[in-house]
Amino acid sequence: MVYTAFQGLFSHWWRHPGQLLTLLAGLALATALWSGVQAINAEARAAYDRAASTLGQDQLSRLVRADGQPVPLADYVALRRAGYLVSPVISGELRGDGARLRILGIDLLTIPPQAQAPVPITGGDIDIGQFLGDGMLLVNAATAAGALPADLPPLSITDTAPPAAAITDIGTAARLLAQTDPSYLLVDPDQPAGLGPLSDATDLVLAPPTQAGDITRLTDSFHLNLTAFGLLSFAVGLFIVHAAIGLAFEQRRSSFRTLRAVGVPLGQLIWLLAAEIIVFAVVAGAIGVALGYAIAATLLPGVAGTLRGLYGAQIDGTLGFNAVWAIGGLAIAVLGAAVAGAQALVRVAKMPLLAAAQPRAWAIAAARTTRVQGVAAFGLIITAVMIAMWGDGLLAGFACLAALLIGAALALPGLLALMLRGAERMARGPFVEWLLADTRQQLPGLSLALMALLLALSANIGVSTMVGSFRATFVGWLDQRLASELYVTARTEAEAAEIRVYLADQGLILLPILSTETRLGGAPADVFGIADDATYRDNWPLLVAAPDVWDRVADGTGALVNEQLYRRDGLRLGDTVTLDPGPNLPIVGVYSDYGNPTGQAIIGLSLFRETFPTVETLRFALRVAPDQVADLATALRDRFDLPTDSVLNQAQIKQFSLEIFEQTFRVTGALNILTLGVAAFALLTSLLTLAGMRLPQLAPVWALGQTRSTLARVELARSLLLATLTFGLALPTGLALAWVLLAVVNVAAFGWRLPMHIFPGDWLQLLIFALIAAALAAAWPALRLARTPPAALLKVFAHER
Amino acid sequence: MNAEMNAKALIICLLLAPAPGMAQGFAGLGADAEGFAVPMPNPDFAFPEDHGPHPAYRIEWWYLTATLSGADGQDYGAQWTLFRSALGPETGRGWSAPQIWMGHAAVTTPDMHYTAERLGRGGIGQAGAAPEPFTAWIDDWAMTSTAPNGADALSALTVTARGSDFSYDFDLQAHAPLIFHGDGGYSVKSAEGQASYYYSQPFYYLSGTLMLPEGPMPVTGTAWLDREWSSQPLSQTQEGWDWFSLQFTDGARLMGFGLRATDDTVYTSATWIAADGTTTAYPDGALSLTPLITEQVAGATLPVEWRVELPARDLDITTTPLNPQSWMPMSFPYWEGPIRFAGTHTGRGYLEMTGYD
Repeated sequence: MVYTAFQGLFSHWWRHPGQLLTLLAGLALATALWSGVQAINAEARAAYDRAASTLGQDQLSRLVRADGQPVPLADYVALRRAGYLVSPVISGELRGDGARLRILGIDLLTIPPQAQAPVPITGGDIDIGQFLGDGMLLVNAATAAGALPADLPPLSITDTAPPAAAITDIGTAARLLAQTDPSYLLVDPDQPAGLGPLSDATDLVLAPPTQAGDITRLTDSFHLNLTAFGLLSFAVGLFIVHAAIGLAFEQRRSSFRTLRAVGVPLGQLIWLLAAEIIVFAVVAGAIGVALGYAIAATLLPGVAGTLRGLYGAQIDGTLGFNAVWAIGGLAIAVLGAAVAGAQALVRVAKMPLLAAAQPRAWAIAAARTTRVQGVAAFGLIITAVMIAMWGDGLLAGFACLAALLIGAALALPGLLALMLRGAERMARGPFVEWLLADTRQQLPGLSLALMALLLALSANIGVSTMVGSFRATFVGWLDQRLASELYVTARTEAEAAEIRVYLADQGLILLPILSTETRLGGAPADVFGIADDATYRDNWPLLVAAPDVWDRVADGTGALVNEQLYRRDGLRLGDTVTLDPGPNLPIVGVYSDYGNPTGQAIIGLSLFRETFPTVETLRFALRVAPDQVADLATALRDRFDLPTDSVLNQAQIKQFSLEIFEQTFRVTGALNILTLGVAAFALLTSLLTLAGMRLPQLAPVWALGQTRSTLARVELARSLLLATLTFGLALPTGLALAWVLLAVVNVAAFGWRLPMHIFPGDWLQLLIFALIAAALAAAWPALRLARTPPAALLKVFAHER
Repeated sequence: MNAEMNAKALIICLLLAPAPGMAQGFAGLGADAEGFAVPMPNPDFAFPEDHGPHPAYRIEWWYLTATLSGADGQDYGAQWTLFRSALGPETGRGWSAPQIWMGHAAVTTPDMHYTAERLGRGGIGQAGAAPEPFTAWIDDWAMTSTAPNGADALSALTVTARGSDFSYDFDLQAHAPLIFHGDGGYSVKSAEGQASYYYSQPFYYLSGTLMLPEGPMPVTGTAWLDREWSSQPLSQTQEGWDWFSLQFTDGARLMGFGLRATDDTVYTSATWIAADGTTTAYPDGALSLTPLITEQVAGATLPVEWRVELPARDLDITTTPLNPQSWMPMSFPYWEGPIRFAGTHTGRGYLEMTGYD
């Protein structure tokens, strides 16, 4: 009996393979987007953890110099001679041929076991003699396969090497980086017996172990962003599944009745249907997980580029496979299918054995639902406004976004109904009135698909407005900020002096740029020293500034801080910022500093030299007539044998910066388009569902004289009308979304606030896209309607009683 | 004795030698001497220079063992060793200088064996040795001459070391001259002729303090310093050695070792040292070493009691360790600890066993 019942139920799918495909595709798509995003996030988090545990940084404290300069070798030896177990690391970046490689030079002889050096001093696979002697670089396979600077020691592939970095002997690192003093010292947690506290033995600063949390906090916003997109796509995908299951149940009503009538117990029927949904969910989930893996693998290089460009977080562009992740993907597919199918199952359970469909009564009942939804929507939108006004932080930003989007989605059916009712009042002619009333009656059935469309459209408008605003601001900012034509970096102070003389002989203006890593307000930051020059006075964009800002900076009585520091620490003009080491300075201006996660301050050149006497003047900005830039750059490179990277013109830096920028939003763009595609698909399945249920409504109109082709055209027009109305609501929602992204989320996530620009051209494009999507979605049901045999329409009257 | 020096040297050598060398002999000591100087017969030592390092040779050590008595009446043992191992026959300065140093320190009590190890680079001043004034150091461990002008630099020393759970501080005074092993300090290590330069100061009186987890312990006793350097002290077929330093109650000393080959043959050597420092060297076969009782130590089976016979001196004794678990769990592990012996002669000494793991 169970088998027969199952056969009866399942035969439906044999007769409607398209529906089966829709159901599976919808569920697979939803699972794919969700699990793809999860895979990317998991990979990135694992990379952060790996990076944080490199050389045991997550367990070992370090000794650093307060001013961020390397630790003098003599200080290191003195600590060892005093008995303290500290181990030196020389780290730095090698650049050349457009490639960069982080070098981590370790001392195997003293490194604490907690650092888990990839080369054991005995018993490993690595030739220790060569590691310590001629030198070798341990890199992972991904690093070895990428672009590398020239003239490196032999590479050895080691899985445990961190991304984009090479681990090598400190002697090799010292040679490659031309640096003898350790960058920092690792502190062994097990110090010998009978020694005093380390802090009494040295002036160096003890920095506690770094947690993966540091980089995680920075990148959280990015991952939250991805997760939000993944959830949105999943929700939209579920609309498809909901529609497909609804359709299949609707079409099988007669089968259910028959099965019940021949004695299948209700419980068994429900159980069979639930089993059916679960089987589909597992199959679709498996396909979705595979697709999700493919999506993640495709997007990951872009994500890696974004994270590197924006946060300096290194992750490899290759994706590993994780069974837990795959099972999670399947589970979410089953869960999603259960949610999407629950309503249908409940309806089967409540279905009166012998009742016929009563669409109007159903619509009236739905009207109650719409009112409840309207109230909820109103509440949510008020909540969103309140969070926007008083909320703080990234979570508040996303809560605001969620409240706004869900509120708008819930408000949609009610607002559409209101609009249609208003239109009915103005409508002339019974056919148009019928059309509008009929559209209104269809709303409950279409509302979920329309909500999906609204979400996709709003997200698209919001995100593209945010990206567009950011790009416009960023490009303008780059133009101002990169006022000098050429940027030169010397390798040594002596070389810098020669270059200075060479350029001064040609009568060129040279602006030294000094910088060092230090601490501001207790957190790691960069401090720059700049010359007093009209280049800065005229061009440097300041968000807020005291009237005599440049004079104050020049005479060393004021500092500029970047927007990130300003907003993160809640500073105001006139507040003091503490250089460590160095003086306290009042803030006299704030400048935008897009793309930089850390705090920054700018002080006058003479004060900088006084405060950080050991920092060498190696970088210069050069003012030169634009037509001479190329020649001068070539001349400098040739004369001083400078690497390509050491002489950069404005255009190259701009291009590099813009590349980072584009990289940042490439993933967002891809997800945006996918979401919109899924929404169009949801609309199609909903319309298909409705088409099957709507014959009883259409038959009388047909009987009154409207041709089938007219009715089909009307169906198409109705779909376009609904899409247009939905777009009309998506526009303000999307703009509100953009505002939240720019004014709340960006500030919390990146530390900068951007002016909002609007792009009506993009909206028009999106409207056209939405209309095409709606037309495509409606085309098939309309075509089917146009080809419905008159007999089928006539049967409606025969079945009515 | 040089065997123990060998062990340390071997360790250092391991660090330096290319990987294939590690398959040859304990800690790579059997590797060939490419590019390094090789010990030659009839050495002409010059002091204080030869107390300092010899970078032209691959391996070298300053190896001190001490048999101690505590104020509590208990026996103790202590070890201080500095090994030099060269990646290349040069000195140089900076990170890349090819001289690597390794320190081992230990304190043995009847039920504990405290150990510590340090590794360091010669080119930056973290570790090294200098003949004039004599000092050998790694981190805060040091062996420094306190000898008056004109006296041999090794005739008076201070020695310090520190581990995670112990430290010590010793004053040493020698009461007889340096002695030279083998043929005037040229010590042959195999039938194929591998050799090292090897001399000792076996006549120290010692006083000092052990800092143990229970607290400070004043100690007195005797100590023995070995100096040895070479570039290839072991034959490629030799896998380890057993080395004894014995102090007899009448003031005489004996250094004896057996180098075990893979074919189970043993190459032995011994130096009889009279109380006045006069030495008699005994060639292969004169000394006989027989394991009596083995024990599981750190997963290896080691003979902890030995029968030592030197018929030429009517010597037939049995040695027993103060602590059978005197295991040195270092980069290259070995056994090293104080012993007592009885039989035809009685006294105290030190035993080192390598190549059993």
